[in-house]
Amino acid sequence: MNKVRLLEFTYLFCLKILSLLVPVLSEKRPFIGFMVASEKALKKPLFGCQMCGQCILHYTGMVCPMGCPKNLRNGPCGGVRSDGNCEIKPNMNCTWVRAWDNSTQMMVFTESIEEIQTELDHSLSGTSAWINELGGGK
Amino acid sequence: MTNKHASNLAQRLETGLFTVTAEVTLPDSIEKEALASRAHILEPYCDAINITDSTGAVPHFSNIAAASILIENNIEPIIQFSCRDRNRIATQADVIGAHAMGVRNIFCVTGDGVQTGDHPEAKAVFDLDSVTLLTTINHLKTTGKFLSGRELDSKPDFFLGAAVNPFVPPFEQRALRLLKKHRAGASFFQSQYCFDISRFESFLLLLLELTNGSPPPVLVGVGPLRSARFARWLTENVPGVAIPDHIINQIEKYPEKEQKKAGIEACVKIVEGVKNLTGVAGIHIMAHDWESSVSEIVEATGLTKTGRNN
Ligand code: SF4
Repeated sequence: MNKVRLLEFTYLFCLKILSLLVPVLSEKRPFIGFMVASEKALKKPLFGCQMCGQCILHYTGMVCPMGCPKNLRNGPCGGVRSDGNCEIKPNMNCTWVRAWDNSTQMMVFTESIEEIQTELDHSLSGTSAWINELGGGK
Repeated sequence: MTNKHASNLAQRLETGLFTVTAEVTLPDSIEKEALASRAHILEPYCDAINITDSTGAVPHFSNIAAASILIENNIEPIIQFSCRDRNRIATQADVIGAHAMGVRNIFCVTGDGVQTGDHPEAKAVFDLDSVTLLTTINHLKTTGKFLSGRELDSKPDFFLGAAVNPFVPPFEQRALRLLKKHRAGASFFQSQYCFDISRFESFLLLLLELTNGSPPPVLVGVGPLRSARFARWLTENVPGVAIPDHIINQIEKYPEKEQKKAGIEACVKIVEGVKNLTGVAGIHIMAHDWESSVSEIVEATGLTKTGRNN
């Protein structure tokens, strides 16, 4: 299995388990602490996670859009270099070129990249994205 | 202008009339006249004039002030808003203020990074992206409410546009990105500088396929290169501008004094190559600091107001 599919599979697996746990535990302090700590510990090294608290990795080919220096969440800017590198960081691949490539390799979420992402809620920064998604709380 | 259309530009594009827009270079001046005189050079040749929003991350004349000056001069502006300098609070405040000044055409762009400009130490905002900028203004338009839900006294009547750049990667995705912006509220599109007709054609084919032959109106961005040196600078320093070598070499063949003419000829060729393509609603001329070239391009391509409207 390639890396993108493996990550997608892991996401679906976590979603299954956490959709059972989060609704029950999302108010419990130790659980919240555990979720924040584990998201930081896992998603930071894997995706360069910035803890925006509104994870959309599976919409963007499992590439974190917050890695884009303009924090774009709906697709690439018009400044991508001819070699596919970033306008602002010339030595970095454009986040959205990678996201687009990866999304075509996904099994379930291939077309999710076309969905409109709403503006980021900055008040959720630093909180658990899983709890925000499944527990409905801030 | 009828009540049905938000603006003259909207009326033209919505009724399928070939449209010419142009960008005015905002002067580093503190006088109204400095801008008005430039806009008057363009006005006889185009249907509306784009006002940029400190493009290239270099501070210029305020976009709202510039648009108001154009309106005072009976010229219809297309005002650009970028995501670089304003958060959602400032953006909503500014667009309704612009509406009060008579602005109807709003063009939403991401904006260049601050690194591009002459204040690279500035803090970039990017609270919104071009798509959420569109959804935010479209929300004001369709509901008459701010994002927070607070109500305005009536609904603003905007005609929203957005940028498309088919000339940089990821190429296969650019038509889909245009359609995402269309779903977010954009009713018309202006492209980045087109120097590569075949690249534009493949983009257009895909767009036509995805929309069953009826895409939203797209104006092709064109512009004259005043010298080979300027062309190199443009392609190396302005994000998103891709100029194929053969175009630069073609201009370079001429002695420096004649390169301006060669630049206009190259631009005319591009306009001729795109103006009749299915799916092209018009052209958008960006003649940076060279307003006088617009008349030559429009006349040479038969796109004067009388030429187009007959
Ligand atoms: S080039 Fe890509 S990564 Fe860089 S700012 Fe633009 S969209 Fe973001």
